[in-house]
Amino acid sequence: MTQRHFVMLCLVPLAIFTLAFLALPLARLIMASSESDAGWGIYLQILQTPRYLSTLVQTVAVSLAVTAAALVISTTAGLFLVRNRFTGRNALLSILTLPLAFPGVVVGFMIILLGGRQGLVNQIVPGHLVFAYSVFGLFLGYLYFSIPRVLLTVMAAAEKIDPALEEAARTLGARPHRIILDVLLPALAPALAAAGAIAFATAMGAFGTAFTLATDIDVLPMVIYTEFTLSAKIAMASALSVTLGLVTWIMLLMARSISGQTVAAGG
Amino acid sequence: MTLTLTNIAKTFPGGTQALLPTDLEIARGEIVSLLGPSGCGKSTLLRIVAGLEAPDPGAQIRFDGEDVTRQPVEQRRIGMVFQSYALFPNMSVRGNIGYGLKMQKLTKAEVDVRVEEVIALCRLEPYAERPITALSGGQRQRVALARAIAPRPRVLLLDEPLSALDAALRGELRDELAMLLRRFGTTAIFVTHDQNEAMAIADRVAVMNQGQVVQIGTPEALYRKPATGFVARFVGDAMRLQGRVEADQLHLDGGSLPLVGAAEGHATYARAEDIRLNAEGPVAARVETVTFLGTHYRIALSGAAPGPLFALHSGLSAPQPGETVRLSIAPEAILILPEDEVV
Amino acid sequence: MKTPTKLIALIVTLLACAFLLIPIIQSVQAGLTVNYFRGLSSGLTLKWVGEVWELYSGSIFLSIRLALACLAVTLILGVPAAYALARNPGRASRVLEEFTSLPLAIPGLALALALLQLYGTYQGFRTNWSFILVGHVLYTLPFMVRSVLSVLATIDLRSLEEGAASLGARPARRFVDIVVPNALPGILAGALTVVTLSIGEFNLTWMLHTPYLKTLPVGLADSYASMRLEVASAYTLVFFVMIVPLLMAMQWASARAQRNMQ
Repeated sequence: MTQRHFVMLCLVPLAIFTLAFLALPLARLIMASSESDAGWGIYLQILQTPRYLSTLVQTVAVSLAVTAAALVISTTAGLFLVRNRFTGRNALLSILTLPLAFPGVVVGFMIILLGGRQGLVNQIVPGHLVFAYSVFGLFLGYLYFSIPRVLLTVMAAAEKIDPALEEAARTLGARPHRIILDVLLPALAPALAAAGAIAFATAMGAFGTAFTLATDIDVLPMVIYTEFTLSAKIAMASALSVTLGLVTWIMLLMARSISGQTVAAGG
Repeated sequence: MTLTLTNIAKTFPGGTQALLPTDLEIARGEIVSLLGPSGCGKSTLLRIVAGLEAPDPGAQIRFDGEDVTRQPVEQRRIGMVFQSYALFPNMSVRGNIGYGLKMQKLTKAEVDVRVEEVIALCRLEPYAERPITALSGGQRQRVALARAIAPRPRVLLLDEPLSALDAALRGELRDELAMLLRRFGTTAIFVTHDQNEAMAIADRVAVMNQGQVVQIGTPEALYRKPATGFVARFVGDAMRLQGRVEADQLHLDGGSLPLVGAAEGHATYARAEDIRLNAEGPVAARVETVTFLGTHYRIALSGAAPGPLFALHSGLSAPQPGETVRLSIAPEAILILPEDEVV
Repeated sequence: MKTPTKLIALIVTLLACAFLLIPIIQSVQAGLTVNYFRGLSSGLTLKWVGEVWELYSGSIFLSIRLALACLAVTLILGVPAAYALARNPGRASRVLEEFTSLPLAIPGLALALALLQLYGTYQGFRTNWSFILVGHVLYTLPFMVRSVLSVLATIDLRSLEEGAASLGARPARRFVDIVVPNALPGILAGALTVVTLSIGEFNLTWMLHTPYLKTLPVGLADSYASMRLEVASAYTLVFFVMIVPLLMAMQWASARAQRNMQ
């Protein structure tokens, strides 16, 4: 067996698995979306049906808000942790990356513990303050799993910035906040764009959190779930899935082409 | 082992001719160096002999008469020292050296004995158990050689084995490598772009340029009787004396030099060590820079001929930049060669 | 050095930590106290953890089994494939790698819908744990491939293999002797990532599971919806105990694999 044959052979198991369990199912999903009376017009229907359209708008709005908040918080914290060494730094870093391994359901539960009917805020703040099941709760949940992802991307990029850049700015008389604005943020821009795209895509597709919070607002993954399981509108569920998948895929593709690295969606 | 290469050529997928049809015969125990600038096809030729690269159809590679052209590299029983050494970072020095023997399905005891022998031969005893990452460049080079030689290959192929080392170490290891190769007695092909390496190590040197062997011979023959201007320039740094040849006279800008025999239509070359500062010399030149090199001065001259010209001058003092000096070159030291087709 | 900029950054960092950590502490506390509303004064207990064990130990074991099976499959599919992609960095490889990475980008829910519609009618498969396994492999495989690939990309694989070949090693032998040992840091980091993600996977699993096949996170969702807060918290605590060491090991292994590259 020649080298070439052996290398080809190494790809065969992966190729078979991918064909059987990714390519064919995705093809089936796309076909299924056209199998209602509306045919391919179903994608037009999404835009014409107020319920779907408002869901789409809400999902995008929440995701954008989460992305902005996560970028601000994680960039601040990430730069702080990269540029300062102090006791307890590793502990803070561990805490900030802990939620990476939490499924969306657990994140939802964390928000319930904070802002649910039996939650911390409701216990210590006088008056009835329950926010876990509102848009705000959903926002916090998404923020909870977005912070670590953005943080890691920002920190990885920040560590690669040449410290001489900052030193050069200082020798030229720049004050700390000018250094951040003029030197660090421009150097971080690609990483920030990538991290933002990742945060947005992750929030768009997040299912577990919304599921646990059983929020009173509709987000796309929840609508897909109810259309499929409760209403048995399989074509519509498929069409919405295809739409959602396309949006998140394109966002992550953009993130990759900007930064050249991969971080997973999920949650 | 006798190595016979017939009609070896290589065309890359893009259509680039890396190697024009080449024939070469290497005798048992002979060390041949492939010398040439980068991109001349020397590494391609070596990799074809190794079996790492397939030649164009029509080629034939014989090891002691046996046709190995279609054999994959792992069946050819060659030993190879790579430019990057390609030592396995997951194995110790001993593991690396023993790997080829293990592939020959020798028993553990046999492998151990042979590995010990080679370790002693290459003076690697203190490092035998070390991981590769803990070795210096020179040590790695010796391990790479030991690994290649341990399975007693039919031919040893060395691809720029010294080029990854710094200059000081390179000189030292060059002599050591020459000695070890003689001691192994294995037929060897040695690729290098460094004329000093080729001359120090090889019995015969094949000078390559633009995908073909231009001249092959002993180091002395190449130095004294280069076949082309390229060989003269590449082996011994001959400089072009650009001038007008008229019968047995060479007319330069700074004066005329006598030649041995007629040289019309030919190019003339001389080496720095043959250009003498001589108050009675026939050629005038201006001193541009003077570099003191310990045993001698290297003097850059202008005005004598259009191209750059250097003279080596030994003596207790040297002329100053800006001075005008006179030069002479012995007629027999002037190389008379055919004009290069492409310069 | 105490500039206002720095102070603000410190406060933001601490607030973010508090936001992430407080509910975790709450959940640990709730899982270990007799009555969460009366607080710690009601006493500490392992009763809830015991109850979780009785109710959900099946789910926990199923998740562990799934994670290990998922690891085995991703090793078999992913390591040789990463090697092939590293050796053949052509356009076709890029496309294949991009395609197998789709599950990183497409939400699990959409993938699950796709799987369900194609294979949902094969009852023997649909109700078997291997159906969930397929989902987990789909989701974790890209992590294994990328982890191994990133390590292989930093070593001069071609030269090493040529070295082994010149010493008489055939392709399969070179794979075992040279490729796998040198890829180990990447394989280890990939393996820990696969196990961590498989144990925590919910989005696909929720759609693919059956009443008889509940994984740990499915059980968690179940307990959040129907159990008292202390039981849900105790179950979350059990999950933390499993997942946090894995996450730490995964981060350690990834950092180590990356250090090796430099």
